[in-house]
Amino acid sequence: MTGSIAAIGAGLAAIGAGLGIGRIGGSAMDGIARQPEAASKIQTAMLIAAAFVEAVALFAVVVALMGNG
Amino acid sequence: MDCNQVFVSKVKRLIIVFTLLIAFFSIKVDAFAQVDSAAHVVEAPAAESKKFDIGKFALHHIADSHSWHVIGETYLGLPVILYTNSGFVTFNSSDFKRDDNATVVVERDGQRFVKMHEKIYYASADANEHGQFVELNAEHHAENKRPLDLSVTKNVCTLLISIVIMLAVFLSVAKAYKTRRGKAPKGLQSWLEPIILFVRDDIAKPNLGHKYERFMPYLLTVFFFIWFNNMLGLVPFLPGGANLTGNIAVTMTLAVATFLLTIFNGNKHYWKHIFWMPGVPVPMKIFLAPLEFVGILTKPIALMIRLFANISAGHILMLSLICLIFVFNSLWVSVASVPFAIFIGAIELMVAFIQAFIFTILSALFIGMAIEEHH
Repeated sequence: MTGSIAAIGAGLAAIGAGLGIGRIGGSAMDGIARQPEAASKIQTAMLIAAAFVEAVALFAVVVALMGNG
Repeated sequence: MDCNQVFVSKVKRLIIVFTLLIAFFSIKVDAFAQVDSAAHVVEAPAAESKKFDIGKFALHHIADSHSWHVIGETYLGLPVILYTNSGFVTFNSSDFKRDDNATVVVERDGQRFVKMHEKIYYASADANEHGQFVELNAEHHAENKRPLDLSVTKNVCTLLISIVIMLAVFLSVAKAYKTRRGKAPKGLQSWLEPIILFVRDDIAKPNLGHKYERFMPYLLTVFFFIWFNNMLGLVPFLPGGANLTGNIAVTMTLAVATFLLTIFNGNKHYWKHIFWMPGVPVPMKIFLAPLEFVGILTKPIALMIRLFANISAGHILMLSLICLIFVFNSLWVSVASVPFAIFIGAIELMVAFIQAFIFTILSALFIGMAIEEHH
């Protein structure tokens, strides 16, 4: 039972991170399309922002793993 | 110049000694493989009726271990170093005969040890009804006392190997820069130069400003350490395969290094912004101070968890895909799962680089925030 709930928690975390990283990626694409010469700077900023979003999701996954164990 | 050469030769000697040490401990390849495989045959029918536990399998494979699986039934025994009640005790982990369920007792210096779930305990005097020399509590965890375990485990071994590789690569490149001064880079040098320049121009300079040179050694070390170990973790056979950067103790050490650099290099503006935020009313200053203080601590914790979880998740994902074959108990599943695992493996190559990059750039960002001049 706790295993299934942990799996639901991990799934919810994945939804959140997916939405967040999707928005970051989409906006970065917009930015690069408007200003291709700034592509490398935008990419760096995008990766950092994505890392922050991803960290929250990974916190959730770790909590889910611990709850499962 | 002369002093430098002495240093280089000393480091070279160190590399040789380390390599020999590892080789020495590795020689004792498990001689009990034959005996054990016979025991497996007896167990097999009981195991088959049980459902294959994918989570347990994957977690076992990403965990640290006292022996190193080579291929099939062959395991390398690694040295076990224990600090016990009566001083240091050492023996080879193959003395446990690959047992991981506290059924084999190793006796050294009048003390008896058993291994259960990769933890070493003092053995009980008598075995319980399952033939285990430990006292189990209600949750089936051993309750025996444990000696302080300082063993050279699989992860420690990988750490030493990666140190040897990094020293060999970087010393040879550093030497090439001396002997080939003013000439175009060649060989290893031309492979590393763009990456070193990438760390300097895209990570250090934008985040640290004109004081970047002081932190270049740290950033380069962290970057290459994480990257090399991520890559070693992706190699499925002997020199690699350990999950070093997916071990929370290792990532914690790296995060603590960044944390210490941040707090010791923080200037007065940095500390003022944390404990007495300028430009806001006094009640707000009091409200913000604890929040900002917690912020100092959460940054390295996030660094630690990010690297650990990313690399572990990659390993678990690949293992799970391969394990689908055993879950469905059909060879035909491999038609889908193996190519997909290779695809994920290719993505993991990218993740290995990106995580090294993210860790380094966030370290640079945090240090940069601490040393920023007031304006």
